Amino acid sequence: MRPVAIVGIGKTAFGAFADQDLRSLAVEATNKCLADAGAPAGAVEAFYLGNFAGPSFVGQNHLAPYIATAAGIRGVPATRFEAACASSGSAFFHAVSAVGAGLYDVVVAAGVEKMTNQPTPKVAEILASAGDVCGEMKAGATFPALFAMIANRHMKQFGTKREHLAAVAVKNHDNGALNPLAHMRKKITVEQALAGKPIAEPLTIYDCSLVSDGAAAVLIVPAERAAEFTGKPVRVLGIAQASDAVALDEKDDITTFAAVKASAERAYRMAGVSAQDVDLAEVHDCFTIAEIVAIEDLGFCKKGEGGPYTANGCTLRTGPKPVNTSGGLKAKGHPVGATGVGQICDLVIQMRGEAGERQVAKADVGLAQNLGGSGATSVVTILGKR
Amino acid sequence: MSTVEREPLGNGTVYTETVVWSPPEAFLNEVPYQIAIVSLEGGRRVTARIAGERVAIDDAVEFVEFRDCVPCFRKR
Repeated sequence: MRPVAIVGIGKTAFGAFADQDLRSLAVEATNKCLADAGAPAGAVEAFYLGNFAGPSFVGQNHLAPYIATAAGIRGVPATRFEAACASSGSAFFHAVSAVGAGLYDVVVAAGVEKMTNQPTPKVAEILASAGDVCGEMKAGATFPALFAMIANRHMKQFGTKREHLAAVAVKNHDNGALNPLAHMRKKITVEQALAGKPIAEPLTIYDCSLVSDGAAAVLIVPAERAAEFTGKPVRVLGIAQASDAVALDEKDDITTFAAVKASAERAYRMAGVSAQDVDLAEVHDCFTIAEIVAIEDLGFCKKGEGGPYTANGCTLRTGPKPVNTSGGLKAKGHPVGATGVGQICDLVIQMRGEAGERQVAKADVGLAQNLGGSGATSVVTILGKR
Repeated sequence: MSTVEREPLGNGTVYTETVVWSPPEAFLNEVPYQIAIVSLEGGRRVTARIAGERVAIDDAVEFVEFRDCVPCFRKR
């Protein structure tokens, strides 16, 4: 594969925006990304869109050309990718694959979700359809319930405590408070997190990511053409997507995600780096327990030690392995279809040295991990400045 | 699990569980309710509803019935 570089990024704020619809959010992110790269819409040769449930949330289908044409991108392939919460991670993976293979030079990968126009029980129902509708959903399992079952098993097997989960929430809220585009910009305490309203035991409202509107986009080109667009290109060193069973009850061990391990292994190998070389990561903390499992599966710490590793401060912005300096899905927000590309944007901001108050000291190698459902899709991307 | 199952499932043990407080639309009237993943004798696992008394991981449970195709278990 020929080397691929990210030369433009664009994000909307994440939040609840009654005055913005799905298309206006996606167009805003796409326009910002093109402006960031100094590229006209007419230069774009393909448009890859991640979106989980636009048809259910807002009733609109055929989303990719609907958005591309509104952004002035006309006549080129425009395709939507759906992989639950990994929808835009998957769109990005396929966009990078196409540019890497030499099919196109100038490509937009974007993601969008508009969620806040629906009441919470309806949102829970739409999200639950990313699980096994005939089994889990009929039993009354929401996504918080699936991750609560993962948390209980992790606690039983490894002694993980609710305080460890709370440490993830507190850290990510601390980071989100410094991110001007984050949905929730307030700090919380461990005591607050533990006393939160129960959602699915042992998870409280503070263990759950936010229901948000938002969009994100990146412009990618062959690395050899990067200088035409930016003085600060960021290279895709490695990327992989993997899959696994949709239903939790079909997995041998629910305290680990086989697809995350497989995609991480492949991405590390492709990039020629190991977990030790990663300076910072954006991981898929749809629930606090998901961040703990992620840092174990990615090899940042040993299996079962994600809780203490977090509570000891290792993943703080100022720690040895900063995780979710954007605030993560927990505080930045989780507009499902925008999350994967949003993570890429957040890494690029750090790697360009443009993260302001939340800038980490060293950001040469960044890793993004985007999870779909309860682990049925995983995309791991490793970015580098070299 | 497969979509249509009618044979009784027998006994099992609780692999994991949760009590749901924030339900999807169809379950608004049942809150709070407990669901579990049950390991059946033979090793297969199913996502299930728990009737009656709350159960914990490793508790022994017995099959009660299918409710709308979903297996329902209770503490043994």
